[in-house]
This record gives sequence, structure tokens and C-alpha cells, in this order.
Amino acid sequence: MTYISVEKTYDIMEICILAGSIMLQNGAETHRVEDTMTRIATAYGVKDSDCFVTPTGIILSLEGEEPTKTKLNRIIERTTNLEKVVRVNDISRRISTGTVGMNEAYHLLKDVEDEKCTYSDLFQVMAAAIASGCFLIMFDGVWRDFIPAFIAGGLGFLCSLYFHKVLQIKFFAEVSAAFVIGVIAFLAVSTGFGSEVDKIIIGSVMPLVPGLLITNAVRDLMAGHLVSGISKGAEAILTATAIGSGIAVAFLVF
Amino acid sequence: MSEFFAQAITSFVATFGFGIIFHIPRKLLVQCGFIGMLGWMAYWAIVFFYHNEVLAALSGSFLVAVISQLFARVYKSPVIIFSVAGIIPLVPGGAAYNAMRHFVENDYYVAVSLAAKVCLISGSIAMGLMFSEVINQLIFRAHARKKGLNKV
Repeated sequence: MTYISVEKTYDIMEICILAGSIMLQNGAETHRVEDTMTRIATAYGVKDSDCFVTPTGIILSLEGEEPTKTKLNRIIERTTNLEKVVRVNDISRRISTGTVGMNEAYHLLKDVEDEKCTYSDLFQVMAAAIASGCFLIMFDGVWRDFIPAFIAGGLGFLCSLYFHKVLQIKFFAEVSAAFVIGVIAFLAVSTGFGSEVDKIIIGSVMPLVPGLLITNAVRDLMAGHLVSGISKGAEAILTATAIGSGIAVAFLVF
Repeated sequence: MSEFFAQAITSFVATFGFGIIFHIPRKLLVQCGFIGMLGWMAYWAIVFFYHNEVLAALSGSFLVAVISQLFARVYKSPVIIFSVAGIIPLVPGGAAYNAMRHFVENDYYVAVSLAAKVCLISGSIAMGLMFSEVINQLIFRAHARKKGLNKV
């Protein structure tokens, strides 16, 4: 059995960890991250590799000439940026077909990591506002409430983006965003601008709701990724509690 | 009938908007909107005719997942790109909100029953996703065996 050299093993490890951490930070599922890392390692000639992925960290070990190499990578920030997941996926496909060398692969992955977001913040806020208005109609709201939901949803999403950038505490950002939504909905109804408080709040809260997390958590649990499933579920419950308490504070004020 | 069109158009636009929030690549946004619309219309039709939200969420998410896997093969992108945005309209945001509201108002009986409903609906969404994955794997494995391929 021929083994690859020590330096090469470290280089392969760097590439795998970089690809895995970009995917995990930007919202890929646990099993896809594991799959991608194993594929890259296999494509570069590693006979045996093992990885353990949780939402907060990656552990990867590769068998080489020397004793097994293991590396741990901590993941602190998690967002949803599926464009980067698609890009890394493309790169890993090309690595599997053997058309990309190790050096080139590393630089391509670095480019993806440093890339700025595709859509500007303003564009995202507009999208959230329009989506809120549409959700209002989908949940049997009346067209008269479209404008209040539009404003509340947009401002709420803007608040969550802004507070998250300033304070780095996700929980607080969500509480304040939900509070802003609640206040706007109540003001809209009390001034006669809107008609149903509940419908306006449900519609405009949707961009903040952890729907993706809940679904992914159950999916991970069923697929046997117990640690990831439970921690994602905990994050989802925390977010839901944050939204609920923000709205609750708005209820108490009015 | 106008209600039908209003639901179709708003679900398309809402999913499209969510695609932007999730940073889905520009060229795939319309496909995501389409999947979201199909999933929501299935949900809406079943709620309309059978008044069963759990069954509706199950079939909606199943449809979303099946078409997502089809699109993932056609456009050579991860499945999650298509399924994430499509699932969003089915998420029981309204029921979760109502549960929270009743908790705040000290109306625990109603709140707990609503919370149980939220759990059931989100569980059924996950079940829909799982079913489609199982079927996909069965079909793909049978296909691979026929061609004599080992590589998945």
C-alpha cells in the first residue's frame, strides 16, 4: 500500500477544511459537508479519511505515511448564503473529475471565501418587505393590510440585519426586530391604516422565522446526525423564543 | 378563481423574495419561485378541500422535495438550493405565532394544543422531505444497477 507524503497530506487537509467550513458557515446540510470533504480527500488520493461535522465545528482526520493527521476547525459565525455553497459544490465537482490541481483549488476556494454578498442589504430588505406583504395575502389577510405588512416586514428585517452587525448577539437582534414589527402593526391598526393586527404580524415576522432550521434539525435527527440535529433544534427554539418575546413585549406596551 | 390566482402569484413572489434573502444565485431564482408556488398550491388545495393541515404540509413538502431533486439534476446544483426556499411558505409561522400569543395571554390550554400542532406540521414537512429522498435513492440505485455503474 503506497502512502502519500506528509506535506501533501497537510495540503489536502487544508483544502478539505476550507471547503467544509465555507459550506457549513453558509447553510449547507451536515451530510453534504461531510460528503464533500470525503470526496475531495479521495480525489487527491487519500485512501482513508474520516470527518465529524457539527454546526459549531469540523474534525477531519486523514491517514497518510505518518500516524493519522487530525485537525479541528471551529465555526463561530453561521449565515445563509447559498451562492457560496453552490460555488464550493462546483469546485468540488471539478476536483473529483481531476481537472483542478491542489494549488488552484486552494486559491479558488479562498476567492469564494472572500467574496462579498451577491445582493446588497437594501435589496434584501426590499425582498423581505415584499415577501411579508405576500405572506399576508397567503395567510388569508385582506389587501388593505398589504402596505402595513410591507413596512413592518421591511423595517423588522432591517433591524435584525443592523443590530446583528452592531452587537453580534443574534438573540437580541431578533427580539428587537420582532418588537419593531409588533409596534408598527399596532400603530397601523390604531391609526386605522390597517385592519387585522394578527395577520400583519404573522406576515411580517415570516422573514425572521427559523423555518429552515426547524426542518433541517428534524432531517438531521432522522439521518442519524444526532449532535447536529439537537443543536440546530436548540438554535431554532432560541430564535422562535426571541421572536415570541419581542412580540410579547409589544403586546404588553400597547 | 381570483383567490386561486392571488394565492399562486403571492406564493411565487414570496418564495422569490426568500431566495434573495438566502442569496440563491440569480439564474436559479425563478425556478425557486416556481417550486415554492407548486408546494403552496398543493398545501392550499388540500386545506381547502380536506381541512387537514398536517396532510397538506406533508404533501406540499413531498412535492417540493421531488421537484427540487429533479431540478438539482437538471441544473447541477445542490438540492438544498431549491428545497429551502420552497419549504418556507409551508412552515407553520402562523400557528407558532398564535401559540406564543396564547402563552403570553396566560391561556395555556389553547397555547399547548397550538404548539403541538406546530410540532406535528414541522414534523410532517420533514417527513415529506425524507420520503422523497428515499424514493429518489431507490430509483437512482435501480437505475445505476441497470447500467452497471457503481458510482453514485
